[in-house]
Amino acid sequence: MTIGGVLIAALVGIVSYAIWTLPAQSAGLADAAAAELERSGVSNPVTSVLLNYRAYDTLLEVTVLWLAVLAAMVLVGGWSTGVGQISETQNPVLRGLVRLLTPLMILVSGYLLWVGGHAPGGAFQAGAVLGSAGVLLLLAGVDWTRKVPPWGERVLLTMGLTTFMVVGLGDMLLEGVFLEYPPAYAKWLILIIEAPSGLSIAAALIALFLGGRLRCRHIMSEQMSDEGVS
Amino acid sequence: MTYPTLYAICGVVLFGIGFYGTVFCRHLIRKVMAVNLMGAGVFLVMIALAARTPSGAPDPIPHAMVLTGIVVAVSATALMLALIRRLHHQTGLTELPDQMEH
Repeated sequence: MTIGGVLIAALVGIVSYAIWTLPAQSAGLADAAAAELERSGVSNPVTSVLLNYRAYDTLLEVTVLWLAVLAAMVLVGGWSTGVGQISETQNPVLRGLVRLLTPLMILVSGYLLWVGGHAPGGAFQAGAVLGSAGVLLLLAGVDWTRKVPPWGERVLLTMGLTTFMVVGLGDMLLEGVFLEYPPAYAKWLILIIEAPSGLSIAAALIALFLGGRLRCRHIMSEQMSDEGVS
Repeated sequence: MTYPTLYAICGVVLFGIGFYGTVFCRHLIRKVMAVNLMGAGVFLVMIALAARTPSGAPDPIPHAMVLTGIVVAVSATALMLALIRRLHHQTGLTELPDQMEH
């Protein structure tokens, strides 16, 4: 253990020295990104990198999130403890706070989605806020997942990836290159991708919290009977 | 020493702490936390080094990569937790069997 510690300390030392000797200023790719910003359809450079120059990264990132949900669905298959237990331990302060916060969080999420075009924000931030609103509701004992129909779970989880692929393939028809937006429509295409992606990301985060499923009550009773048999 | 360098070196130290934890912590949940600490260290290095542009406006490419990285880290963490839960459910173990002593 000590030898390992020394080796890791040496690694930290070497990498720190490498960072120390880097030039104090480096333009990196900032100028290249700024030069094409006008044609990217958005004025926030980070969003233009995420959804235009390096849209492949974002497409694969949405895919990775979706695969994680699938893997959790297979490995855990729903929330075995159940929302019912949490709603027994609910407290009135949390419920009151959630009542105030939920509409505000939905509003903030929509704002973040829209503002991503020209200021810090975007689909992932919006999805994270919306997802945490959903988790907070569950923790306060509001089981809204009961109202999600069976097809709704699948649609919510896959709509981001589907829209992304459809827009990418549509670009291929128009421009000849996958995910190469026509500059005139870039802004709207990015928004069309971001809105369902944000919803899908929120759904995926909630599903990961619930052990891979969005509809916990139904799954919970199934799993309980499974465990009762085994 | 400039502020970006200071933050980047902090990131390297965080990575080192996380690396140590990943290798030497026995409990799997601690390993997951250590892997996340390593990730946080890498993100801090990338964000700090993106601030070295002459114009002062940070380089957007590392920022976008970190944003992508955060989502991938969340996915990986969820997958690790699901695997640990399944392992615990099937074997009752919270740490992997020790191979060193054999």
